[in-house]
Amino acid sequence: MSEADPAALAERIAAAEKAAVAQALNLIEDRRQRSQGRIEALLGRLRERAGMQRVGLTGPPGGGKSTLTAALARELRERGDTVGVLAVDPSSTRSGGALLGDRARMSFDPADQGLFVRSLATAGDTGGLAYAAHAVTEVLSAAYDRVVIETTGVGQTETDVEHVADTICLVIQPGSGDVLQFIKAGIMEIPDVLVVNKGDHGALAQRAASDLAGALDALRGVGMAEAGDDWRVPVLVTSARDRTGIDALVDTLDAHRAAQGAAGQRERRREGETHWTLSLLLRRHGEHGLEVLGGRTEVAGRIRAALDAGAIPIAVSADLGRDYLRRVASAGID
Amino acid sequence: MSSNGARATQRDRPWIMRTYAGHSTAKASNELYRTNLAKGQTGLSVAFDLPTQTGYDPDHVLSQGEVGKVGVPVSHIGDMRGLFDQLPLDQMNTSMTINATAPWLLALYIAVAEDQGVDRKLLQGTTQNDLIKEYLSRGTYIFPPAASLKLTADVVAYTVNEVPKWNPVNVCSYHLQEAGATPVQELAYALATAIGLLDTVRAGGQVSEDQMPQVVGRISFFVNAGIRFVEEMCKMRAFTELWDRITHERYGVENPKFRRFRYGVQVNSLGLTEQQPENNIIRIVLEMLAVTLSKDARARAVQLPAWNEALGLPRPWDQQWSLRAQQILAYETDLLTYADIFNGSDVVTDRVRKMVEEASQEIEDIQARGSVVEAIESGYLKQRLVESNAERLRAIERGEQVVVGVNKYLEGADSPLMTDRDSAIMTVGSGVEQEAIAAIKTWREQRDGAAVEKALAELREAVKRGGNVMPPSIAAAKAGVTTGEWAQALREVLGEYRAPTGVAGARVSEGEGDSQKTVEGLRARMDVLEKKLGRRPKMLVGKPGLDGHSNGAEQIALKARDVGFEVVYEGIRVTPEQLVASALEEGVHVIGISILSGSHLELVPQVVERAREAGIASVPIVVGGIIPVSDARRLENSGVARVYTPKDFELNTIMGDLVELVQSSAEA
Ligand code: B12
Ligand SMILES: Nc1nc2c(ncn2[C@@H]2O[C@H](COP(=O)(O)OP(=O)(O)OP(=O)(O)O)[C@@H](O)[C@H]2O)c(=O)[nH]1
Ligand SMILES: [Mg+2]
Repeated sequence: MSEADPAALAERIAAAEKAAVAQALNLIEDRRQRSQGRIEALLGRLRERAGMQRVGLTGPPGGGKSTLTAALARELRERGDTVGVLAVDPSSTRSGGALLGDRARMSFDPADQGLFVRSLATAGDTGGLAYAAHAVTEVLSAAYDRVVIETTGVGQTETDVEHVADTICLVIQPGSGDVLQFIKAGIMEIPDVLVVNKGDHGALAQRAASDLAGALDALRGVGMAEAGDDWRVPVLVTSARDRTGIDALVDTLDAHRAAQGAAGQRERRREGETHWTLSLLLRRHGEHGLEVLGGRTEVAGRIRAALDAGAIPIAVSADLGRDYLRRVASAGID
Repeated sequence: MSSNGARATQRDRPWIMRTYAGHSTAKASNELYRTNLAKGQTGLSVAFDLPTQTGYDPDHVLSQGEVGKVGVPVSHIGDMRGLFDQLPLDQMNTSMTINATAPWLLALYIAVAEDQGVDRKLLQGTTQNDLIKEYLSRGTYIFPPAASLKLTADVVAYTVNEVPKWNPVNVCSYHLQEAGATPVQELAYALATAIGLLDTVRAGGQVSEDQMPQVVGRISFFVNAGIRFVEEMCKMRAFTELWDRITHERYGVENPKFRRFRYGVQVNSLGLTEQQPENNIIRIVLEMLAVTLSKDARARAVQLPAWNEALGLPRPWDQQWSLRAQQILAYETDLLTYADIFNGSDVVTDRVRKMVEEASQEIEDIQARGSVVEAIESGYLKQRLVESNAERLRAIERGEQVVVGVNKYLEGADSPLMTDRDSAIMTVGSGVEQEAIAAIKTWREQRDGAAVEKALAELREAVKRGGNVMPPSIAAAKAGVTTGEWAQALREVLGEYRAPTGVAGARVSEGEGDSQKTVEGLRARMDVLEKKLGRRPKMLVGKPGLDGHSNGAEQIALKARDVGFEVVYEGIRVTPEQLVASALEEGVHVIGISILSGSHLELVPQVVERAREAGIASVPIVVGGIIPVSDARRLENSGVARVYTPKDFELNTIMGDLVELVQSSAEA
C-alpha cells in the first residue's frame, strides 16, 4: 500500500473520506519503528471536529453493547450527526489471533459515508482497551461528529475506556446482580450514564433500573456518587432490539455534553491523554523508565505541562523516552 | 414399547418415501413431482429457493443469483397453483421445507386447495416451521426468536382445529447434526426446542388445556442419521423414550398415541465426500439402516441425499438411485416382517440409557438458562455446535476419524461416474431469474392493487394486535399478495434479527502431534509476518447473498484465529457492498468469502469489482464452497486468488496458503 503524505491524509480525514480514515488507522496500528515518525506527523496534524463527542459503552459481556451501538449510530445518523465506531474486542488467544465478532451484530448501510466501524483486538493488553485505541479515537474524532467506543469490562477489571471517552455509559442487562453489588460496594467507578438494556424484558428491566437508581441514591447519601455536582447520573432503560429508549439515550448524551461544558470536556480529555502518554512510556521503558525520570508524580507533571503547552501524547512520550535514554547513558546505570 | 419380540405375521407398511426436490420454476417443479410420483415415490417434499425461504421477491437485490437455484420460487398464489397443477391436494402428502415464511406458504397451500375444491380438513403434510434450528444451523430466519415462536404457535393453534391432519411443525435435529452436533446434543437441543414451542403454545391461550394432548400429538420431528449407525439407531430409541416421558410429565398427556415420537429422516449429508463420491451411496444406505431397523423407533418418512451431494445439486437419476435404495430395503428384504429386533439387547439398552441420561442433563442445563430462546439469544447453543464441529473436523484432519477416500485408501481406479464432472450435477438455467422477475412484475400489474393493500393492512394490524397470523395470511394469499410483501409487512411489525454466530467465544482444544506442530509452525510464520506488516495480519470472513451454510466460514474463521489472524467475522446474509465496506474500514489483509448455494458466479465478481472501486484491489480475495471446477477457473480469471471446495479438508493447508498470500501481497 502506498505511503500517503501525513498532511494530505489529515486533510482527507477532515473531509471524512473513508479510504483515508481506513489508511490512517492502518498506519496507527503499525508498530514498526520506521512508521512512528509518520504516525506522529499524522496525529500532530489532526484537528478534532468542533463540538464532537466521544461516547464509551462498556459493561459485562452479552449485555447488548454492540446491538445498542448499532441502534445508537442509527439514531445519531437520523439526527444528522456522522458517527465513527470503535469496537474493542478482548477475545484473543495465545496465538496472538483474535475473533472480532462485534461487527456481525451491527447491520449498517454500507453506502453511508457518514458512518465508519473499526474493530480492534486488545492483543493481550489489560485494561480492556487496546494499545492503539487512543490514537484510533483521535483519528475518528477528526472525521466524525460522534465517536462511539465499545469495550467489554466490569467490576474489578479496570476499564480504560474512561481515559478516552467524554461520556461513559455502563450497559447492563436485567438480572445483572453482580454489577449492582459492585456499585453498592464502591468497587466500581460510577459511569456518567447507566443503561439497562433489553428493556423488552419488561418488569425485570424496570426492577433492575429502580434497584440501580436506589443504589445510586444510597451512595449519594454518603457522598460517593457523582464527582461534580451539576450532573446526576441517570438510569435509562433501552431495548436495542426494539429500538426503544434510544432517543432518550441520545438526549442524555447531549445533556451530559452540555453539563460537562467545553472546559470540562477538555479537562477530561487532558487527563486521559496524560494517562495514555504515561502508558506509552511504560510500555516502552517500563517502571525503570519512570524511576529514572523521577517517579510517577514527577513524570505525570511533566507530561501534563507538555500537553498543556500543545504537544501531542505520542510526541511527549517520545521526548521522555529520549530523555530517559540520555540519562541512562550519562549515568551509566544498568 | 409395543412389540414383544415375536415374529409378526404380516408385513408392516413401509415408511413414506420422499425425494427433496424443486428448482427453476413452479412449472418445471410440477413436472418433476409428477415424474417422481410415477416412479413410486409416495410423498412430496418441496424444496423452496432461498428468496422464498427468507421472504424476498425475485426482484429484490438480495435475491440476486438465488432465484430458482436450490428450490422452487413461490411468490404468490399463481405459483402455488402451478406447482400443484394436476396434483389433487386431498390425495397428496406434502412436506414443505419452509420456516420463517411457513405461515405464508401454508396459507397459499390452503388457498390453492380451496381453488381445487378440496376441504382443508383433508389436507395432509408438514410445514417444517422450526425456527430454533434456523438460528442454530439453517439460517433462513427473519424475525427475533420470541416473535418466531409466536408465529409457529399460531400455525399450531390454527391447524389443530382447521387442518387437523397437518403436521404444523417438524422439530428438527437433522440440521443440528449437519452443523456438527453430537448425538446427545441432537437429542437435547431438539427436545428443548419442542418444549419451548409447546410452552409457548400453552401460554398463548389460543388452545384450551384439554386440547393440549392433540397439540402434542401433532408435533413431529425431523431427524438425522449419521454413519455410526448403531449409535444412531440407539439415538432414535432414546428420542422415543424421552419424548414419551416429556409429554407425559410436562404436558400431562395420558393417551400413549399422542405421546409417540413421530419422525421423518434425511440421512447425514455432512459426511458425504467430494473425493471418491461413488462411496457416498454406501454411506447413505448404512445410514438409512439406523432409522429403519428398529421397528419401535422406525421413521415415518425417509428421504435420502444423493451420491453426488458434495458436488452440487442432484439430477433426477441421482435421486432415483437413492429412492431405489429405499425401495430395495422396504420391498426386497425381510426387514418389514419382524417385530423389533433389538428389544432385549443389553448392549442397546445400555447405550440408550446412557444417551437418555446425558441428554436429560443437557435439557436441564438449557432450562436452567431460562428457555431455549435465551439459550439462542445468548449464543450458548450455537457456540457449542461450532465447537463440536471444530472437533469433528480436527479428528478427520488428523486421521483419528477414518473417512475412506479422504484420509485413508486414497488410491483407486477412476470412477466412470466422474468422467465429465461439470455435467455430473444439475444446473439451473441462467434465464430463470430474469423470467421470474418479469413474471412478478406482470403479476403485480394484473392484480387488484386496492385489495392487496387492504389485505396487507389487515395482516399488519392482526400481527400487531397479537392475533393469529393465519386467517389474514390466507386472505392475503387470495388477494394476490406476494411472498416479499407478506414478509415485509411482518418485518415492519416484528423487526429483523441477526443471530449470534457462536464463533467469537468458541474454544477449540489444542492438540499435540504433527498437526499441532504444523499449527505452531504457522504461528511462527504469522509472527514474522506481523513484524513485516507492522500489525497483526487481519482477515475478513463473510457470506454474501442469502446462503445460510455457515459451517465452512465458521471453521475457517476459528482456525484463522487459532493460527494467529485477527479475524473479523461478518456472518451470513451480507451484500457484496457490505463485505467490501467492511474490508476497507477494517483494513484487512485478506478477504475470505464462502458460498455453497450456487450463487458464486453472480456474487463473487461483484465483490472483486467493488473492491477495485474502493481502492483495495491489492487485498487478495479467496473463495470457498461448492464451486464446480470450471466455475473455479472462471473465478480465478476474474481476480480471485484461490478457490477451495470440500475436498480441501485440511484446514492447516488452507491456512498455509493464506499466510503465503498475505506475505506475497505485502511484498508486491
Ligand atoms: C451441511 C449442509 C447443510 C446444513 C448447513 C449447516 C450450516 N450451518 O452450515 C443445512 C442442513 C442447514 C443445509 C441446508 C441447506 N442446504 Co445444504 N448442505 C450441507 C452439506 C451437506 C455440507 C456443507 C458443509 O457444511 N460442509 C462442511 C464444511 C466445513 O465444508 P465447506 O463449507 O465445503 O468448507 C470447506 C471448503 O469448501 C473450504 N471453504 C468453504 N468456505 C470457505 C471460505 C474461505 C474463506 C476459505 C479459505 C475456504 C472455505 O474450506 C472448508 C474446509 O474444508 C452440503 C453438501 C456437501 N457435502 O458439501 C450441502 C449443500 C451445500 N446444501 C445444499 C442446499 C441446496 C441446501 C438448501 C439450500 C436446501 C433448500 N432448498 O432448502 C438448505 C438451505 C440452507 C441455506 N439457508 O442456505 C446444496 C447446494 C447446491 C448448490 N450449490 O448448487 C448442497 C451442495 C447439497 C446438494 N448437493 O444439493 N445444508
Ligand atoms: N431481548 C433483547 N436482546 C438483546 C437486546 N440487545 C441485544 N440483545 C441480544 O443480546 C445478545 C448479546 O448482544 P450483543 O450486542 O452482542 O452484546 P455485547 O454486549 O456487545 O456482547 P459482547 O461484545 O460479547 O460483550 C444478542 O443475542 C442480542 O441479540 C435487547 O435490547 N433486547
Ligand atoms: Mg459486543
